[in-house]
Amino acid sequence: MTNTEKVKRGLAKRYRKERRFRAMGLIAVLLGFAFLIVLLSDITIKALPAFHQTYLKLDINLDPEVLGLAPGRPLDEKAILHADFRSVVRRSMYALFPEVRKRRDKRKLAALVSTGAQYQVRDRLLRDHALLGQTFSMWVLADDDVDTYLNTRSLRDLKQSERRLRDNQVAWLERLKQEGRIDRRFNWLFFSSADSREPELAGILGAVVGSFYTLLVTIGLAFPLSLAAAVYLEEFAPRNRWVDFIEVNINNLAAVPSIVFGLLGLAVFINFFGVPRSSPLVGGMVLALMTLPTIIIAARAALKAVPPSIREAALGLGASHTQMVFHHVVPLAMPGVLTGTIIGMAQALGETAPLLMIGMVAFIVDIPQGFTDSATVLPVQIYLWADSPERAFVAKTSAAILVLLGFLVLMNGIAILLRKRFERKW
Amino acid sequence: MMSEQPTTAATRVRVPEDDDDAILSVGATSQGGAVEPENGYTTVGEPFVDQPKMQTRDVNVFYADKQAIFDVNLDFAANEVLALIGPSGCGKSTYLRCLNRMNDTIPICRVAGELLLDDEDIYAKSMDPVLLRARVGMVFQKPNPFPKSVYDNVAYGPRLHGLAANKSELDEIVETSLKRAGLWNEVKDRLAEPGTGLSGGQQQRLCIARTIAVNPEVILMDEPASALDPIATAVIEELIDELRQKYTIAIVTHSMQQAARVSQRTAYFHLGKLIEVGDTDRVFTNPRHQLTENYITGRIG
Ligand SMILES: Nc1ncnc2c1ncn2[C@@H]1O[C@H](COP(=O)(O)OP(=O)(O)OP(=O)(O)O)[C@@H](O)[C@H]1O
Ligand SMILES: [Mg+2]
Repeated sequence: MTNTEKVKRGLAKRYRKERRFRAMGLIAVLLGFAFLIVLLSDITIKALPAFHQTYLKLDINLDPEVLGLAPGRPLDEKAILHADFRSVVRRSMYALFPEVRKRRDKRKLAALVSTGAQYQVRDRLLRDHALLGQTFSMWVLADDDVDTYLNTRSLRDLKQSERRLRDNQVAWLERLKQEGRIDRRFNWLFFSSADSREPELAGILGAVVGSFYTLLVTIGLAFPLSLAAAVYLEEFAPRNRWVDFIEVNINNLAAVPSIVFGLLGLAVFINFFGVPRSSPLVGGMVLALMTLPTIIIAARAALKAVPPSIREAALGLGASHTQMVFHHVVPLAMPGVLTGTIIGMAQALGETAPLLMIGMVAFIVDIPQGFTDSATVLPVQIYLWADSPERAFVAKTSAAILVLLGFLVLMNGIAILLRKRFERKW
Repeated sequence: MMSEQPTTAATRVRVPEDDDDAILSVGATSQGGAVEPENGYTTVGEPFVDQPKMQTRDVNVFYADKQAIFDVNLDFAANEVLALIGPSGCGKSTYLRCLNRMNDTIPICRVAGELLLDDEDIYAKSMDPVLLRARVGMVFQKPNPFPKSVYDNVAYGPRLHGLAANKSELDEIVETSLKRAGLWNEVKDRLAEPGTGLSGGQQQRLCIARTIAVNPEVILMDEPASALDPIATAVIEELIDELRQKYTIAIVTHSMQQAARVSQRTAYFHLGKLIEVGDTDRVFTNPRHQLTENYITGRIG
């Protein structure tokens, strides 16, 4: 047998092996991709209802008497804020269905409108005082049960006892629909308001702002600290047992369960230093601790990757060690450091457990105005909504997850962009 | 030993014919790797000059326990190009890097011996390595411009040392350095473009311009043309010849033709030992040591 024949015989086997390996790799990738698609589409489908909200058209009569405004008194903001818009909204609802007389039925009728409707009307009057005493038609928020019922086909076939809306309520809704008084509109409220017990009023902005402040604290602490630590360890630290010990500990810190950082924050920052609990400040501090090792490790890798030829060039020209580090090595490592930082921030953005320990799970209806206000963050908001019994919160939860994923994709996109933008050829 | 007078060394010059023992002994000591103060070898030729710019005496260099340079004695004359040749791994770079203390950056590297720049001890406590490197510049094997503009590359050294009082002075330094490096005409319209975008040969000339912008007294070059094509190499060689008017130059090269073309003196290293030094013409036409002859005639390395 010639050499060529021997090689040929083995060749088929080699190719088979290669094909098998490639097929396996491809299957693994496809499987992962499929899971991702399923997950994302499931979340998206569940989230869709949250982006629209049912509105009812009511004929609002701003009767000063009903509002409880004293006649003759000038209409100022304070008076409006104390006026009884709830009754106004109810009356306009009753006016649509004059045949409903029983108190119980009336209550059911009023329940079709969101409790937020009265504030919509109030804000309208605040903007335009001339509306007092007028009758005008206005789209107000429907209750979340209405929204859920109209959006969930399966609910219509259920018996009355198995769903939240009574049969008479359903009949009223049908009539409103025929009169063109029901409409679904884009749910701006979801993006412009904070949390609420009422799903139709609950929004993500409070959590987004909370996350923003928290991440601001995190990046403000973690970036300079870890850059300094990485530069020192990589460029200046003597090689001895202490430094090795510190290095090992930093690497281990990266593997510590995040809830432990929460406990630490509770014990040290809140109980010892008295940082206000459930504030973005303390949340950011805890997350900074958590992301420190991630960024340090990434920054050190980036510093290490700066080619020695550049260092030698600088030293050869008479730059001191410090000058070499800060004129050349650190700037060249910056894209890598920033990538690490953004990945660390993405990790911090998605973190829940440590924040539960420091009280960021509180139910907060106000959008935080600063670093020391009580706040919640996106993942905790998701956790809170996922825990809520109202069916409408299912959609909200998924929508919030989409928003969170959106931010994460955005951050990772920036990281990739930075890497591409500053990628250098030596 | 070589700390004696040059005349003594000259009397010990051996002729290649009866040098077999010497070759063996050189091989034996270096294979053993043992640190032996009496290495028992003598540099052939003329390692010393009358008015040296730099002097090195009994230089021994160690990487941890491994000795890379053995008792090297060598002078560098002003306005002269000295070529360091020898087979790969013989310690040329190591020796060259001692001359501006670049070896300080390698923690395991230890340098012993006396190295003088204008009679000042390079390794004295009073000698600041930063100042030393401003006086003894270095050009490396691979062109290593900073990933900054051409202008900033050249201006970096002067800025570092505060050599220019203002912008126009700095501009002038940059221009004259680039002109002297023979690069000005090619880059004068692209000073703001990154230095890494130039061709290999241009990059190396940029590195030379960067080095001379600091106005050093000595320039060390470690295989400056090894990454370049023949034409770019010729340009660099011409440049080196011109630079000789102003600077003292030591150049490591693997190309014997290059050594013959650009240098006035040549030093041949072998396994960490300085075997032979002499006028370039003489060394190449009439090597006195068998090892030198072997190398030059292509039997080693
Ligand atoms: N950083 C280092 N650590 C340990 N040993 C080193 C180091 N640098 C060089 N050496 C050793 O020192 C000896 C001399 O190396 P050097 O780089 O000076 O050789 P060279 O003559 O410049 O070779 P070449 O012509 O290939 O560049 C070699 O045996 C090498 O392995
Ligand atoms: Mg070398």
